[in-house]
Amino acid sequence: MTPGTPSQTAGPFFGAALPFPGGGDLAPAGHPEAVVLHGYVLDGEGAPVPEALLEFWQPAPDGSRAGAPGSLRRDGVTFTGFARVATRGDGHYALRTLPPGGVPYLAVCLHLRGLQRHLFTRAYLAAPADDPLLAAVPEERRATLLAVREPDGHRAYRFDVRLRGPGETVFLTM
Amino acid sequence: MTPLGTLPPPPPYLGIPQRRPQQPPLSLLCDPDAVELTGPVFGPADVDPADADLTRQHPGEPIGERITVAGRVTDRRGRPVRGQLVELWQANAAGRYAHPDDRHPAPLDPNFTGAGRCLTDDEGRYRFVTIRPGAYPLDGRSDVWRPAHLHFSLFGTAFAQRLVTQMYFPGDPLLAHDSIAHAVPEPAALARLVAAYDPALNVPGHALGHRWDIVLDGPAATWTEGSHR
Ligand SMILES: [Fe+2]
Repeated sequence: MTPGTPSQTAGPFFGAALPFPGGGDLAPAGHPEAVVLHGYVLDGEGAPVPEALLEFWQPAPDGSRAGAPGSLRRDGVTFTGFARVATRGDGHYALRTLPPGGVPYLAVCLHLRGLQRHLFTRAYLAAPADDPLLAAVPEERRATLLAVREPDGHRAYRFDVRLRGPGETVFLTM
Repeated sequence: MTPLGTLPPPPPYLGIPQRRPQQPPLSLLCDPDAVELTGPVFGPADVDPADADLTRQHPGEPIGERITVAGRVTDRRGRPVRGQLVELWQANAAGRYAHPDDRHPAPLDPNFTGAGRCLTDDEGRYRFVTIRPGAYPLDGRSDVWRPAHLHFSLFGTAFAQRLVTQMYFPGDPLLAHDSIAHAVPEPAALARLVAAYDPALNVPGHALGHRWDIVLDGPAATWTEGSHR
């Protein structure tokens, strides 16, 4: 097999090229089942990481993994399965989506300045006992993959990414 | 001949220490039904054909040497990656990004933004028209210079094939001194980041052609396929 093309750091300037308007509006406008997934990207000292780019890929609510075109210029109706959001200056990101069908998680790919290559993780909205990945994670680190339902009843989930140190998020390799 | 020539390699770029995970990543091989084995799809709704010509985004022409950059995107088995999104960003001919954080005191070009997009065709081919970017000093003012490069972002058929990388230009003497390029330690692997001059890709009298083929690594190359969509 042909060897793959190596990764290189994204550098500091992708923020002018990769984000697009409506990148975090995965749920169709006004959809009653929409949930908010939000949180902070934090470095090893707990400092927020601005201009980190989070990409999300997930099945549609009916479980389809076929996706649909139109993420970059959303029509307000189609569920494409793909979202891209940047963190603000305080390290906070947010997306509006619909709960995935068939699995309890969103796949996450994280890009930021100062990483040799991007990182993969997952944001779980629920933690079923038979999930093969959660079962493979040491129990003391499992909570780093679990989004926490906010108590205010606004269908919001909190999911922070800690790049290093205490509570370091479990990252994935393919 | 490698990009290294006969010089000892510079120390590899390791990233920002506080942002570097310490724990080894967990393998997704434990999850044969992983969502990461599928990925987003894109189409004409996402990308305008004009997005692939970075020299036509403003009323005037950008300063610099016009180039084309084209090639094929395949998986490790050589199968074309069809209809997928390729994104490009770069400095202008003076080595300056149109980004507020770029403090390199080189001129901005009002006719160049330096960001483009295209979709691969049925054979996995992509093509951009742009200008050759300038070298620039790391951190804006140091005497550590980056070789001319284009930043690329690619999607495969699986989300796990996601690739962000940089393309370099053939014969660039700065490449042998560049720590970021040498984060790829093996000379043969680093050589795969260097484009080739290809006169067949020239636009006669207008632009110089560069060929750069991209191979996406990841599970679609090695995992059983067929049941995931
Ligand atoms: Fe750069």
